[in-house]
Amino acid sequence: MSSVGMRPCGDYKTDYGRDQTIFETTTARNFVIAGIVLACLMPLVADRYVLSLMIQIGYLGIAALGLNILVGFTGQISIGHAAFFGFGAFTSAYLNNHFAIPVFFCIPLAGLATAVVGFAFGLPAARIKGLYLAIATLAAQYILEDFFARSYWFTGGPSGSIAQPFTLFGFSFDSDRSYFYVVLAYTIVAYLLATNLMRSRDGRALVAVRDHYLSAEMMGINLTKYRTLSFAIAAFLAGIGGALYAHYLSVVSSEGFNLLLSVQFLAMVIIGGLGSILGSLLGTVFMVLLPEAMDAGTRALSGTWIDTALGLKDNVVFLRDMAIGAVIIGFLIFEPDGLAHRWRQIKAYWKLYPFSY
Amino acid sequence: MNLFIQLMINGLIVGALYGVVAMCFVLIYKASQVVNFAQGEFLLIGAWVCWWLLTKQHLPFIWGFLISLAFMTLFGVLIQIVVLRPLIGEPVISVIMVTVGLSIFFQALMKWMFGVFAQPFPKIFAVTSVNILGLPVQSVYVMSLGVSLLIMLGFGYFFKFTRMGLAMRATAYNQTVAASLGISVKQVFALAWGISAMVSTVAGVVVGVVNGVSSGLSGYGLKVFPASILGGLDSIIGGLVGGILVGLMENLANFFDSQYLHWGNLYDVVPYYVMIVILMVKPYGLFGTEDIERV
Repeated sequence: MSSVGMRPCGDYKTDYGRDQTIFETTTARNFVIAGIVLACLMPLVADRYVLSLMIQIGYLGIAALGLNILVGFTGQISIGHAAFFGFGAFTSAYLNNHFAIPVFFCIPLAGLATAVVGFAFGLPAARIKGLYLAIATLAAQYILEDFFARSYWFTGGPSGSIAQPFTLFGFSFDSDRSYFYVVLAYTIVAYLLATNLMRSRDGRALVAVRDHYLSAEMMGINLTKYRTLSFAIAAFLAGIGGALYAHYLSVVSSEGFNLLLSVQFLAMVIIGGLGSILGSLLGTVFMVLLPEAMDAGTRALSGTWIDTALGLKDNVVFLRDMAIGAVIIGFLIFEPDGLAHRWRQIKAYWKLYPFSY
Repeated sequence: MNLFIQLMINGLIVGALYGVVAMCFVLIYKASQVVNFAQGEFLLIGAWVCWWLLTKQHLPFIWGFLISLAFMTLFGVLIQIVVLRPLIGEPVISVIMVTVGLSIFFQALMKWMFGVFAQPFPKIFAVTSVNILGLPVQSVYVMSLGVSLLIMLGFGYFFKFTRMGLAMRATAYNQTVAASLGISVKQVFALAWGISAMVSTVAGVVVGVVNGVSSGLSGYGLKVFPASILGGLDSIIGGLVGGILVGLMENLANFFDSQYLHWGNLYDVVPYYVMIVILMVKPYGLFGTEDIERV
């Protein structure tokens, strides 16, 4: 987290406007625009499998962004993010099924409802911090999971609840190809909003709370307000991500939103880089592609002696979990600032090329 | 009423085990300021190792037990040296996450190596149950209560009367001062992890003998949180009392649930509700140090 604000030498800003621009250089902006255009063209060329991966990256990335605002920017720890993700998924399906609200409005409403729940569980954060907070959010995870398993009226019990496809002006986004654009739009908006948030007074207040909460309080930042606000924002984005997930899979069951998913969200944030907007996306890409890469590796090795010795086919689930654990540990020990830091170093290398200083 | 007493005895016995695990958890927290989310995996690995020695290597119980204790002590020390030591001075979130990573890793590894099904321990006691207050109680439970008490007494002796125990208490109180007085803080950290892993193994083996060894054992690691929060995160006695209270609470909830409420699953969630309340009202728990900060 230390090097997030690191700037290369010779990078002098002469006014606040330039210090706060979203894109530091025109090249960066062009890159982002090119990336978005490229993503828009993806459904024309990519097959269903690639698209489904990209949709996954989209909705998980939104939730991971929320967690990064909470953990990376505000320094609050949450081990219950999957529960909020699940709450968003169920709320959106529930609103659509029981009140006949169009899915278009259900998704943001689900985000808001989840934000309220996040706010409620964030209230202890006003009083406690660090370890205690981690444990309180662990309780939130279990309590919400229990709530999902218990309340049949809300979640449909063991059989799950049905989520209708996303529709707009009578057009139904029920294929991967069309739904991709919905997720893409939400992802772009979420990431733009988050970037903008971090340029504003509120965003800087969050960072101040993380860096030194006593100093922040002395400078007139209301700690309680910003800690709970951060929880609400995180839950809001988790809810949006969850709702997108629900309408993509079209059926939501309560088993998936467990502690392991929460840990995976944390892993995304840590691998991507705590306190980095771009990092949230990079980390999500990494975590989504990791199991795919492992599956591909298993397929490539099938039939060889390694396969027979390890029993890869039956055990790939365990191997995947082990890989998640190992990746978390490895990144924390060897690259605590995550992929975003690596990316900054690559950029700095090319900026200064061929002289390294 | 009979059921009630039975459940309370169960609660006491399970609670004593929670207490032992919570004590191990608090030991690590006190000595090295690490919240160990992989505490349950210590139970799990210890129990599996002991099970493997008994059933696959056909060792007598006492030897298998002792060897797994020695192995787990080494294992705990190794984990501290390899994984936790590079993270000294990193933010709390990194340290917590590394233990979460360890937990995920070893849980999957154990499933991979030993399968997902519960495996029973070979029979250790000739008599399966004894009568206490006219109620049949499994003799393993009696043993587990005895073992728990022994461990607690051992902890008490270790911290009160031995040199190393004193060094650990000094380190827990203030690392810098302890280091300046010639205590090797590194050694203390490693030892704390070793002891914690070893004692957790005892608990793991006891639970394994009662219920069979399965990945469910790592759930004990999560029950530690309500227990140690209830008792106070930095109090060893607190961990013990908290563990017993959580055990009683679970069974009390179970009793009311099955008799009157019929909500189901209260057994598992009640400790977490209580924990949230404790965190709101009295975050330092029953015996914890009150850490007052004024600006």
